[in-house]
Amino acid sequence: MSRPRGEAPRNGMRIRFGDRARPDRAEGPGVTRRGLVLLGAQLLVAGGLAWRMRQFQIVEGEHYRLLAEENRINMRLIAPTRGQIFDRKNQPLAINQQNFRVVMIREQAGDPEAALDRLGRIVEISPRARERVLDEIRSKSAFVPVVVAEHLDWDTFAKINVNAPALPGILPEVGLSRHYPAGPETAHVVGYVGRVTQKDLDQADDQDPVLQIPEFQIGKRGLERGLERKLRGQAGTRRIEVNALGRVIRELDRVEGQPGPDLHLTLDLALQDYANWRLREESGAAVLLDLRHGDVLAMASTPSFEPNLFVRGISGPDYKALLEHEYRPLHNKWASGMYPPGSTFKMVVALAALEDGVIAPEETVFCNGGYELGNRRFHCWRRGGHGHVAQRAALEQSCDVYFYEAAKRVGIERIAAMAQRLGLGQRADMPLPELKGGLIPDKAWKSRNREEPWLVGDTLNAGIGQGFVLATPLQLAVMTARLATGRALEPRLILARDGRPAPVPEAAPLGIAEAHLALVRRGMFDVVNSRRGTARRARIDDKANRMAGKTGTSQVRNITKAERALGVFRNEDLPWRRRDHALFVGYAPYEDPRFAVAVVVEHGGGGSKAAAPVARDILMRGLWGGEPPLTAYPPGQAPERPVPTPQPRPVSGDGNTPPRIRT
Amino acid sequence: MSLTDPNRAAPLSITAKLLRMNWALVLLITAIAALGFMMLYSVAGGDAEPWARRQMNRFGVGVILMTIVALIDIRFWKWASPFAYLGALVLLVAVEFVGETGMGAQRWIRLGPLNLQPSEVMKIALVLALARYYAWLERDRISRPLWLVPPLALIGLPAALVLKQPDLGTALMLCLGGGVVMFLAGVSWWYFGTAAALGAGLVWAVMTSRGTEWQVLKDYQYSRIETFLDPSRDPLGAGYHITQSKIAMGSGGLTGRGFMQGTQSRLNFLPEKHTDFIFTTLSEEFGAVGSMSLLALYTLVLIFGFASMVSNRDRYGALVTGGLTATFFFFWAVNMAMVMGLIPIVGVPLPLVSYGGSAMLVLLMAFGLMQSAHIHRR
Repeated sequence: MSRPRGEAPRNGMRIRFGDRARPDRAEGPGVTRRGLVLLGAQLLVAGGLAWRMRQFQIVEGEHYRLLAEENRINMRLIAPTRGQIFDRKNQPLAINQQNFRVVMIREQAGDPEAALDRLGRIVEISPRARERVLDEIRSKSAFVPVVVAEHLDWDTFAKINVNAPALPGILPEVGLSRHYPAGPETAHVVGYVGRVTQKDLDQADDQDPVLQIPEFQIGKRGLERGLERKLRGQAGTRRIEVNALGRVIRELDRVEGQPGPDLHLTLDLALQDYANWRLREESGAAVLLDLRHGDVLAMASTPSFEPNLFVRGISGPDYKALLEHEYRPLHNKWASGMYPPGSTFKMVVALAALEDGVIAPEETVFCNGGYELGNRRFHCWRRGGHGHVAQRAALEQSCDVYFYEAAKRVGIERIAAMAQRLGLGQRADMPLPELKGGLIPDKAWKSRNREEPWLVGDTLNAGIGQGFVLATPLQLAVMTARLATGRALEPRLILARDGRPAPVPEAAPLGIAEAHLALVRRGMFDVVNSRRGTARRARIDDKANRMAGKTGTSQVRNITKAERALGVFRNEDLPWRRRDHALFVGYAPYEDPRFAVAVVVEHGGGGSKAAAPVARDILMRGLWGGEPPLTAYPPGQAPERPVPTPQPRPVSGDGNTPPRIRT
Repeated sequence: MSLTDPNRAAPLSITAKLLRMNWALVLLITAIAALGFMMLYSVAGGDAEPWARRQMNRFGVGVILMTIVALIDIRFWKWASPFAYLGALVLLVAVEFVGETGMGAQRWIRLGPLNLQPSEVMKIALVLALARYYAWLERDRISRPLWLVPPLALIGLPAALVLKQPDLGTALMLCLGGGVVMFLAGVSWWYFGTAAALGAGLVWAVMTSRGTEWQVLKDYQYSRIETFLDPSRDPLGAGYHITQSKIAMGSGGLTGRGFMQGTQSRLNFLPEKHTDFIFTTLSEEFGAVGSMSLLALYTLVLIFGFASMVSNRDRYGALVTGGLTATFFFFWAVNMAMVMGLIPIVGVPLPLVSYGGSAMLVLLMAFGLMQSAHIHRR
C-alpha cells in the first residue's frame, strides 16, 4: 500500500495491512542489515568477475588473440600441375587430361540415396561404386564434395549439365587426370601414377605435405616414379578462413605453386611402336640406341599393359589377368629382365683375352665339339666341332670351345673387369626404379654369395655367357654401343626439360686398343655377313648400311645326359617355359656406326632365327627413318607390303583403350 | 488482508504511479537489452533476422507487461502470491507430461504462441511466496525449526521437480533465490552455516556416487563437471565449448575486435552463441570495455535494487525487491562465471541479453513486481 500524500505515516494503519501486531520500525533495519551483507557479497562476486575479465582480456589478451587466429586461418595446399612427358618428336606420352566427373555434396543433395537414384538414370553407377560413395558421404562433413563418377565421356557429362536443375547436390566438375596417349607402347618406360598409399607416406625421404591432398596421385612405376619429385612440382598454398566445421568462408591469399617441368624423352614413339609391334607375338625386349649421344630411341618390352587402367584404379579381374599371364606383361623385361647373355658375351671374353695378350689373334684352338676339364666335358653347340678356329672365325661361328680356352687362359677377374668396362654388371644412370644391375661374377662374389670357392668350370661357363652371368637387354645394348664406338657411352633418356636441352654427356674412350676392338667388330661383321656367319639370314643387303652383330642362345636349364642320349634337345619339342632364350646384339652401319640394338626373345629358341631378324628390322627402321626399301632385305626376306600399321595391344582390359593422339 | 479494506488510503492516479516508478532501473534494463539486440544482430552476421528483431518485439511486449504489473498495487500481488506459486507448481508438474524436449531435458511447455519454461516462472513465484510467508510470520518465530519447514518445503518441492527434468542449474538457482529471501527475512546465521556444510557434504556424496547404483546425476552432468575441472581433458569434445569461449573472450583484448568482427562467433566456433554464450561475443567484439560496461550495468541494477529495498518499509515489498534483485544477480553472475570457465556449464542465459522469449518476459515481469513494490512503497 502507499502512503496517502501529505499525511504522516501512522502505525495503526500499517498494522492493519498484513503485518499484524508488529512494530514496523523493528523490521526495516533487519532487512537493511541483511541486505547490506548480501549486497556486499554480490559486489564481491561482481568484483571477482571483473578481475577475471581483466585477466582474460587485458593480461592474456595477446595469447588468446593468437589462438583465435589459429582457429580461423587455415593453410590449404594447391596441388601442382604434374609435368608432362613427350617423345623426341613432341608426341605426347603422359599428359594431364581434362577429367569429367560428378561430385555430390550431401547438404545440397538431401537424401544421398535418392540423389544417386536420380543420377543413376543418366550415368550407370555400379552397386560397388554406390556403396563406396555412400560410405564416403557418411564419413565426411556435409559440405565436402564426394566424387561419384569420373572419366565420363563428353556426352554423358553434357547430359548431366543439362539436367543439373533436376539434380540438386550433384555437381559436374572438370579436373585434371593423368593420361597416357601411347598407352601400352610406352607403359614400361613412362610407367603410371596412382593414389598415394600408406606405404608411400611411410617413406621417410618423401614428406612433401602435398601427398596429403585427397585424390593426389604419385608415380608408381617407370619414369613417373623415378622422376616423381621433379615431375610433381611445388605445391602452392592458399590461406583460407574457415569456420569451426572446416567450411571455407573465403580465401585470404594465394601463392601459386610451381608446375612440374615438361620432359622430352629421347624416345622416338614411331620406333617404339615399331619395336613393340615387331615383338608383338613374343615375350621379349628390344632396346635401340643412338650412338651419337647414347640416346635411347626405343625400349620395348612385350607384351605390355594398359597404364591408363591403373590410373583409374584397375579392376580385380583385369589385374589378376595381368599377373597370371604366362608372358608376364607387368614385368619390364629390358630393365628388370636378367638373362644369361650366352654367346653375346663372347665379345667381352675375346676382348679381355686380346687385351691381356694370352691369346694371339691368329692363334687357333682345335674344337672337336667339346672341351675336357678334369672328368667333365663342356660341350660346343656344334656336336661335330669346328676344327681349328682362330679368334675371328670363333666369333663368326660362335665356337664355344675357343672361348672355353680363352676364358680359362685370361681368368674370371679380367673377364669381369672387361664386362664392367663395357657397361655390364652395373645399373645405368637412368631414373627408372625398375632397372636391375645384372650380374658379373668374380671370385669375391662367389665366396661372398655362395660361400664356395671359384672353380675353373665356373670360368668356362662364364666364357660362353652362361653360369652366373646375367645381363639385362638394356645392358647388352649399351655393351654393343661401346663396342661399336670404343667410347663409354651412357644410355640417355631425358632429351630436354621444359624445352631446354639436357646436357650431352661426354663419352670418354674406353681405353681399349683400337686394333683389338677392330678385330672383335670384324668378327661381329662376319657373324652377319660372311658365308658361315650364324646370322647371315638376318643381314642388311645395302652396302652403306651393313650390320654387325652377334647371336646368342642362352639355356634356361641344364640339358641332362639322358636327354642328350635320347636326342631330345630340339627346342621345338620342349614346352615354351623350358626353351632357350634367343638373343641378338648388333649395330649398323658397320663402317660408321649410328645405331645399336639388343633383342631378347624369351624362350624363343635360337638367337639367329628368333632374335636376329627382329633386331635387323628395328635397326633398319632407324637407319631409314621409316620403311626401308625392299632391296635392303636379303632375297626372300622382304616383308609383305604394306606392313600393317602397328596398333597398341593391351594384354587385358575392357576394349576401352583411349584414342591415341597423333598430330 | 483484503483489497477492500475500509482503512486503505486513496489509490494513486496512474500518472502519479508512473512518476513514482524507478526510472533509473527502467533505463538500466533498456540499456542492457539494447546491448543484447546489438549482439544478436552481430551473431546473425549483421542481420536483424532471425534473432534481433524478434527479441526487440518481445522486449516491447515485455515492457508493456512490466508497466501493467508495476501499476497494479503490490497488495494485490501479495494476495496473489500463493496462487502464483501454486500455478507455477502445476505447470512444473505438467511439463513432465506434456513438455517438449530441448537439449536433452523436458523444459518447455507450449502455451499458444509462447514456449513457456515453467522453471523460469517458478523462480519469481518462489520469491513471492516466501516473501508472503515471512511478511506474515511473526519475527520471534522466524528462526524456530518448526517454522523453517514450510519455506524449505516451498523451495524443495519445485527444486526437486526441476532437478528431475533434469536441470541442475535452475534447481540450484531456485535454492539460492529462496535462500536469499530467507536470509533477508532474518533466519539465523546458524542455519545458513549448517546448510553450507550440508551442501558441501552433499556435493561430496554426489561426486562419489558416480558409477555406483546410487548415482545421483546423469553421466553428461558428471562429464560437464569433470571437463570444467580440466578443460584440456577433452579439448574437442566436452571441453571444446569452454575452450573456444575463453579464446573468444580473451582475443577481444581491451577494446575488442570491432562490431561484427568477432571471428570466433561469426565463424561458428562458439556454441549457443545467441543464447547462453552471447557474453563471449560481446567480449570478443567490444573487448574489456564492452564486458566491463555490461558488468557495470548489471551491478548498477543490483545497487538500485538494494536502494529500493531498504527504502521500502513494507516487509513484503522489501523482501520481493531483495529476492528478485538477487535472482537477477544469480542469472548474470552464473552465466558470466560459466562462460569464463569459473564454474561448470549449467545452461543459464544472460538476463535480458540472451535470445529467448520466455526468459525475457518473466524477467520483465519480475522487474514489474519490483516497480510495483517501489511505486507502492511505504
